[in-house]
Amino acid sequence: MIIIIDLNLGNVGSIFNMFEKIGVSSKISNRENDILKATKLILPGVGAFDSGIEKIKKNNLINSIENKVLDKSTPILGICLGMQMMLESSEEGKKKGLGWIKGKVTKFTDHNLKIPHMGWNQVRKTKNNKLTNNLLSDSRFYFVHSYFANLKDKKNQILQTEYGENFTSAFNLKNIYGVQFHPEKSHKFGMKLLENFSKI
Amino acid sequence: MIRKRIIPVLQLDGEKLVKTVLFKRKNYVGDPINAVRIFNDLEVDELIILDISINHEIKETLNFKFLKNLASECFMPLSYGGGIKNIIDAEKIFKLGFEKIIVNTSVFENNLLLEELIKHFGSQSIVHSIDVKKNFFNNYNIYIKNGEKKLKIDLFEWLKKVEDLGVGELIITNISKEGTWSGYDNNLIESVSKCMSMPVIANGGCGSIEHIKEIFKNTKVSAAAAGSFFVYQKKGMGVLINYLNKHELKEVLFL
Repeated sequence: MIIIIDLNLGNVGSIFNMFEKIGVSSKISNRENDILKATKLILPGVGAFDSGIEKIKKNNLINSIENKVLDKSTPILGICLGMQMMLESSEEGKKKGLGWIKGKVTKFTDHNLKIPHMGWNQVRKTKNNKLTNNLLSDSRFYFVHSYFANLKDKKNQILQTEYGENFTSAFNLKNIYGVQFHPEKSHKFGMKLLENFSKI
Repeated sequence: MIRKRIIPVLQLDGEKLVKTVLFKRKNYVGDPINAVRIFNDLEVDELIILDISINHEIKETLNFKFLKNLASECFMPLSYGGGIKNIIDAEKIFKLGFEKIIVNTSVFENNLLLEELIKHFGSQSIVHSIDVKKNFFNNYNIYIKNGEKKLKIDLFEWLKKVEDLGVGELIITNISKEGTWSGYDNNLIESVSKCMSMPVIANGGCGSIEHIKEIFKNTKVSAAAAGSFFVYQKKGMGVLINYLNKHELKEVLFL
């Protein structure tokens, strides 16, 4: 069972809905027991970096999540803020990130751009990966964010997107996956990606 | 590069789908769940759902159960507006599967609400809708309560304030255009979108693909929203839930 970790950070219902649509069983939970039994994890989140980190620590979920991800190699997919929290730190806040991936979350610098980067944008594969296998050729994804994951090691980047500059829109390191966009809100394009994740 | 968005707006009157003209004359359109399903199949960029039946004088609760059913049909971004007065309402809406909430009247009645919402949920999920009408002197007045109450606040001063607060997105509607099929108020949209750093959505008046093309070409707007244009066949004709086809999308987005 895929567990969608409920940190009370925005919209988790639509991830569940999309899994249901593609016939994959999932559950929204913040119980330690569920997390420890999960075959895969989703770490969603929208909102501010510090409040996300605070919530993951306050709910005392951090131990069980790290046990799964770092010791048991359970695949995990971070979405939006969930992805950003996997890095070491963020310009948006003062708190330390989870630090699973080396790098910092940084703000878009081009002042002529509308911030947040909100809407549909394209992705470019920078590397083949199970998560992005057979994505439809005209794939577009829905983004809403003001900061992006600036990876120290660009070889972990699997998708890149352009908004004033090129930034990492998806990464993978071992069992850890992250996407900046919202697959659960990206029609059949996102459905394909979540389906890929469910099969990893 | 990011695409401009084209967004159908659905108006709810309780559990019915309706469409207004100039914020009045509610015409029955059909079943909202069915409409949402069709828009999902048409792969629309985004959907805005506004409940216009909620009476601001009476303490009415939002119809969460119904909204949950609507949201479960949607695999695209979804915003909800209508009657959100506090953090608790907002949190419930997000949990149902909406990523953005739209606030209008309540932020003018409660000075702290916008700030609180942004702090709790982040800028990106808070959309502020502003309804305006031109006065005798050709200035824009802000109206609340579905266009019924005029405020004595200067539009551009208010815009500056919401910019400083960090609102994620704005929907600007000229009430005199709404439901008229006569095109957006391009001057209004241009003057708002050029001075704001956040995305601005144009609303009110869309009656053709040309109108969308014009607003995209001539203003810095990030998205074009429309009600009548996406729920009727043509002006004065029957209901037909529709959206731009691939060819038309390419045309308006200049791809």
